[in-house]
Amino acid sequence: MMKFRFRRQGADPQREKLKQELFAFNKTVEHGFPNQPSALAFDPELRIMAIGTRSGAVKIYGAPGVEFTGLHRDAATVTQMHFLPGQGRLLTLLDDSSLHLWEIVHHNGCAHLEEALSFQLPSRPGFDGASTPSSLTRVTVVLLLAAGDIAALGTEGGSIYFLDVTTLALLERQTLSPDEILRSVPDDYRCGKALGPVESLQGHLRDPTKILIGYSRGLLVIWNQAAQCVDHVFLGNQQLESLCWGRNSGTIISSHSDGSYAIWPMNTGSSPTLQPSVATVPYGPFPCKAINKILWRNCESGGHFIIFSGGMPRASYGDRHCVSVLRAETLVTLDFTSRIIDFFTVHSTRPEDEFDDPQALAVLLEEELVVLDLQTPGWPSVPAPYLAPLHSSAITCSAHVANVPAKLWARIVSAGEQQSPQPISSASNWPITGGRNLAQEPSQRGLLLTGHEDGTVRFWDASGVALRPLYKLSTAGLFQTDCEHADSLAQAAEDDWPPFRKVGCFDPYSDDPRLGVQKVALCKYTAQMVVAGTAGQVLVLELNDVPTEQAVSVASVDLLQDREGFTWKGHERLSPRAGPLPWPAGFQPRVLVQCLPPAAVTAVTLHAEWSLVAFGTSHGFGLFDYQRKSPVLARCTLHPNDSLAMEGPLSRVKSLKKSLRQSFRRIRKSRVSGKKRIANANSKLQEANAQLAEQACPHDIEMTPVQRRIEPRSADDSLSGVVRCLYFADTFLRDAAHHGPTMWAGTNSGSVFAYALEVPAAVAGGEKRPERAVEAVLGKEVQLMHRAPVVAIAVLDGRGRPLPEPYEASRDLAQAPDMQGGHAVLIASEEQFKVFTLPKVSAKTKFKLTAHEGCRVRKVALATFASVACEDYAETCLACLTNLGDVHVFSVPGLRPQVHYSCIRKEDISGIASCVFTRHGQGFYLISPSEFERFSLSARNITEPLCSLDISWPRDATRARVQESPKLSQANGNPSIILAPQNCDRSPDLTHKGADTPEPPEATLSPMSIDSATSADTTLDTTGDVTVEDVKDFLGSSEESERNLRNLTEDEAHTCTILIK
Amino acid sequence: MNRSFHKSQTLRFYDCSAVEVKSKFGAEFRRFSLNRHKPGKFEDFYQLVVHTHHISNTEVTIGYADVHGDLLPINNDDNFCKAVSSANPLLRVFIQKREEADHYSFGAGTLSRKKKVLVTLRDEGLRRRAHLDIGLPHDFRPVSSIIDVDILPETHRRVRLYRHGCEKPLGFYIRDGTSVRVTPHGLEKVPGIFISRMVPGGLAESTGLLAVNDEVLEVNGIEVAGKTLDQVTDMMIANSHNLIVTVKPANQRNNVVRSSRTSGSSGQSTDSTTSQHSLPATHVLQNFHPEELESDEEADIVIEGTLQPQSVPRMQGAASGSLSRANGSTLTHRLQRDLALHGSVHRLLCSLKADPRHSLVLPQGGVEEHGPAITL
Repeated sequence: MMKFRFRRQGADPQREKLKQELFAFNKTVEHGFPNQPSALAFDPELRIMAIGTRSGAVKIYGAPGVEFTGLHRDAATVTQMHFLPGQGRLLTLLDDSSLHLWEIVHHNGCAHLEEALSFQLPSRPGFDGASTPSSLTRVTVVLLLAAGDIAALGTEGGSIYFLDVTTLALLERQTLSPDEILRSVPDDYRCGKALGPVESLQGHLRDPTKILIGYSRGLLVIWNQAAQCVDHVFLGNQQLESLCWGRNSGTIISSHSDGSYAIWPMNTGSSPTLQPSVATVPYGPFPCKAINKILWRNCESGGHFIIFSGGMPRASYGDRHCVSVLRAETLVTLDFTSRIIDFFTVHSTRPEDEFDDPQALAVLLEEELVVLDLQTPGWPSVPAPYLAPLHSSAITCSAHVANVPAKLWARIVSAGEQQSPQPISSASNWPITGGRNLAQEPSQRGLLLTGHEDGTVRFWDASGVALRPLYKLSTAGLFQTDCEHADSLAQAAEDDWPPFRKVGCFDPYSDDPRLGVQKVALCKYTAQMVVAGTAGQVLVLELNDVPTEQAVSVASVDLLQDREGFTWKGHERLSPRAGPLPWPAGFQPRVLVQCLPPAAVTAVTLHAEWSLVAFGTSHGFGLFDYQRKSPVLARCTLHPNDSLAMEGPLSRVKSLKKSLRQSFRRIRKSRVSGKKRIANANSKLQEANAQLAEQACPHDIEMTPVQRRIEPRSADDSLSGVVRCLYFADTFLRDAAHHGPTMWAGTNSGSVFAYALEVPAAVAGGEKRPERAVEAVLGKEVQLMHRAPVVAIAVLDGRGRPLPEPYEASRDLAQAPDMQGGHAVLIASEEQFKVFTLPKVSAKTKFKLTAHEGCRVRKVALATFASVACEDYAETCLACLTNLGDVHVFSVPGLRPQVHYSCIRKEDISGIASCVFTRHGQGFYLISPSEFERFSLSARNITEPLCSLDISWPRDATRARVQESPKLSQANGNPSIILAPQNCDRSPDLTHKGADTPEPPEATLSPMSIDSATSADTTLDTTGDVTVEDVKDFLGSSEESERNLRNLTEDEAHTCTILIK
Repeated sequence: MNRSFHKSQTLRFYDCSAVEVKSKFGAEFRRFSLNRHKPGKFEDFYQLVVHTHHISNTEVTIGYADVHGDLLPINNDDNFCKAVSSANPLLRVFIQKREEADHYSFGAGTLSRKKKVLVTLRDEGLRRRAHLDIGLPHDFRPVSSIIDVDILPETHRRVRLYRHGCEKPLGFYIRDGTSVRVTPHGLEKVPGIFISRMVPGGLAESTGLLAVNDEVLEVNGIEVAGKTLDQVTDMMIANSHNLIVTVKPANQRNNVVRSSRTSGSSGQSTDSTTSQHSLPATHVLQNFHPEELESDEEADIVIEGTLQPQSVPRMQGAASGSLSRANGSTLTHRLQRDLALHGSVHRLLCSLKADPRHSLVLPQGGVEEHGPAITL
């Protein structure tokens, strides 16, 4: 009898070396749009853009592929960011009023973002009267004076502080208090009232000595920093929101809380200006909301742009998120789907230029970044080459296709270009072009497919650092949905005023939840794909380069197979539109198969060579021949006692999901409320709601202590019939002499069904096989005794390698499988991996993961790991993600554990559920609804940003400062930063990760080998200052439990003298 | 492997009313059939068996292999009936001369376990039979045992629950808690996993070896320290077919006390579901070997499709052939173990007598408190 046991192998040095050459864990890059952005900055000289988030992350983007990431130590909201132009330095303001200076530093030719200095404005009691609440020194605005090295900080209390930027030291004597300003203000304006917080500070491009100060009460002051005196005063009386100082210093524009803006003339007289030259409420006359930010840009061609956000009529459009662009008589109200964070224009900033000449307007919204081309008439939006809103509709599934053939790639790209409005200008018009991408051209093209809630499948170029949208496939057009005409009606009813223009693609509202895409499979050689959805729809599509109009043939497969006693209580199936339908170029549907009952499809697989598609739901699985358009097989996997499966997604299953979601929200809320932040009314309300929600949950859960029932799985556990995986293979199922097509299905209850298929062989040279029916005969039925859900099935050839994909071998892209030696089937369940021989199914090797580690398998994939040392050495291994968020790698077919790394926080269930592995040892998972984290397990195949930036600032000055700034020691309370000095210089991204997720420090450090001794070594290596005691403690810990047992024995041995007879 | 082929047949002839009987005596096989629905009396069956084997003049004991591969006795009408009705489809019958018969080889895993470590205290069994004549156990198998007494600290208890072949649920719950450990820095509170609840009538409760508030230290040889409740739950469920839990009992008064570290001993409690007699606990020397974990695990069931019906009889032959070989090897193996252990067992018994604590009179409730868990 074959036996396999996990033993602690003696460290084989050769194998250990090989492991290091094959495996390495890196979190490399974050794709998508930063979650919860809160601040925006743009450096017009370097043409780079920075986005800050509410979790304290800073991301800098330049040309596609140029990306820098940093994370503040305190997870506080970044409220403002300012670039020191041309220096690659960024000053950030957090909502705890601390300022941080970030620098882009070059290491070994590659640039990284590092935090250099931080500064907190001291709150000085007794500064402004007896009791000064610290809120008075809260920084409201920051201005970098054009001279470069000085920053002015406006505060809640009305004072303005000045700061030396290079050292972040306060220039004490220059502090400008509101009292000083009030002296220059006429008495009747003063009338005993304070000026309020500093709302705006503006510098002048050409006259760096002057600062325009705007106070909340409405007073505008031009302060001469050189002469330390007030140059001019504008006695505004409307509460101020923002200011903009025109380039030719002739105009000041102010925006106000009542939705008005005012233009102030600059006359040189010393008497205060009492009235603005123009004051208008653009969306009046009814009450309007505040204009939060306003920009004034003049143009060489005459006229000027006024761009402002907000100001909408309170009653009718108060809920819209709008930016208005006004030039002469042209007004466009850009109507966005999510909240506006900030916006900037890309324009000339050279002081000698006469005009701003804005080229582009970039608007950062809560969920996306929209860039408009202001030089092209009509101001079209420019598609972004990165920062794609992955979550424009919620992601429901994802798949990765590696090594996409060039031909298919070109066809998908061209299909995508036909979809987007301006295919040609798009790339050239992207205004944010700073930095150089040093990364090599990707050796192969990788395609990431994401399925969305609204029935679309998006194709992303995942070959490099920038995740670029290629093509979007929508399946909604095939079906009649409920709320189809609602949109067009609403649009027609809208007035001409304000002149709304819908911009952006973030649209979280799905027309019909049944459209949601559950599973996607693509055959990269034949450009055929299958998309399966929530209402049991399985759609076979084929790429077509020209638009067509054709009918889609519809078939339905009853998976219950006349089982009695079941009634489906879930949603109806989708009703397809009849008749020929127009299809744009791209993937066009050929066949629609609808499962009955219309439960969500849980597994799907496609074999283009055999023209077969297999699909499974919670009730059973089916096999469909899409060439002859006829069903081949349907099998019910329901256990007779399983009632839950029939209730559909609307009842208990849904409520479980809902309660999970609620508990996540609660966790998230508690995390947010734990932060240092000023509790505004809104967050208080949220907290109250969260508390209410907590109270509302059933009490018995909280009363009884958390306990877990220990019981083996039984056959009639709920949802045992869910089909978890399907697989096609050409292998030996009948006997050892003849191989042939087979189909494998695995269920939630540990059952595996293997069918031998009779697929008529294609005539030599002919693409299509003859029109004969495909037959399926049940060959084997395996019931795993531990009854854990089967998550993956793969057949290994005679050399122990997984079989190639269909057409892969025949097109000379992969080595032909070894059909001589005995095949084996690898069955991965949630608890263990097993390799069985074929055709006689008997256990060969196994690894019991759950029994040993206490973790359960969530995702598995077979991946090829290439060696860094040897060009053509590669191993195929099984990569596995567990419910604890760890990634394990096992050898195949020996199933020996190789390495394991901690990857995702175990609380991050949506991250774990979203994980997808690539064929070459990389992976993606969602770190937020809008961001994929890319990680690599391979030591060779790593996709990470490698870029450089031409920065001009005196190097020696900074060097000295960095040394004197005790950077590492500042990182108190976050050991991962201290512990990973050698990682810091390699990638700031990694440091950020470590701080972001509360992982054990060694997680980010180095691979944890199975052998505990080696992992101990690596931990010690990376610790900065290790004392002898530390080492002792550490060594002691491994034997501690053993010693405890001994101690206990000694202690209690004499106490228990009772003998039992 | 072989068993999987055996099981592969099970569904095919299920409907036949005839039960195929394969009877083995020594190296000889006989085949005959019985009516499933009218098996008749045990006496008739006995006569039929001795007649077919031509051993009418010898006293024999008859055993059969049940669906779980356990060797169970046939010695009255009830268990004969059960043997026939539960045979699917083949009833494998084993015959031994009564004087050679090893009564204590009946029980769970006795047939299926290839690597045999179960050793009977033969001398004690013989001695007992001399004193009072207890009939053969009718239909029982072990449901739990205490193992590894010789290598564990006396404050700990390693309990093995035999789940298969038993319709009862495992029947216990675990929870988080804190336990006090002795560390170099003194006493320290550390998180631990505890048994929180026993289901009345469940396997765990009926053994009496586990109790509420016992701290779980290991699951199948893997320490639970540092693992979360969910992890430990998953580990236990993953091992549920053969669960070995090391606990530190909350009640430390019923611990097994041993005087010498060299010899091991353990009690094995049994659960008799159908027998009328109250059974004395069998005394089985048993140590937990990690290999056992793998070897005695139930194999996954493979049901062959209808692809090649002609190959079925051939596989049948192979299965039974290897079974007999396996039996032969275990017998010799056991013999060797018996010889090797004989001395140490003897020493153990002597030392027990010499131990003054042995003569301590226990309060009556002391034993009852945790059921018939441990007897020595």
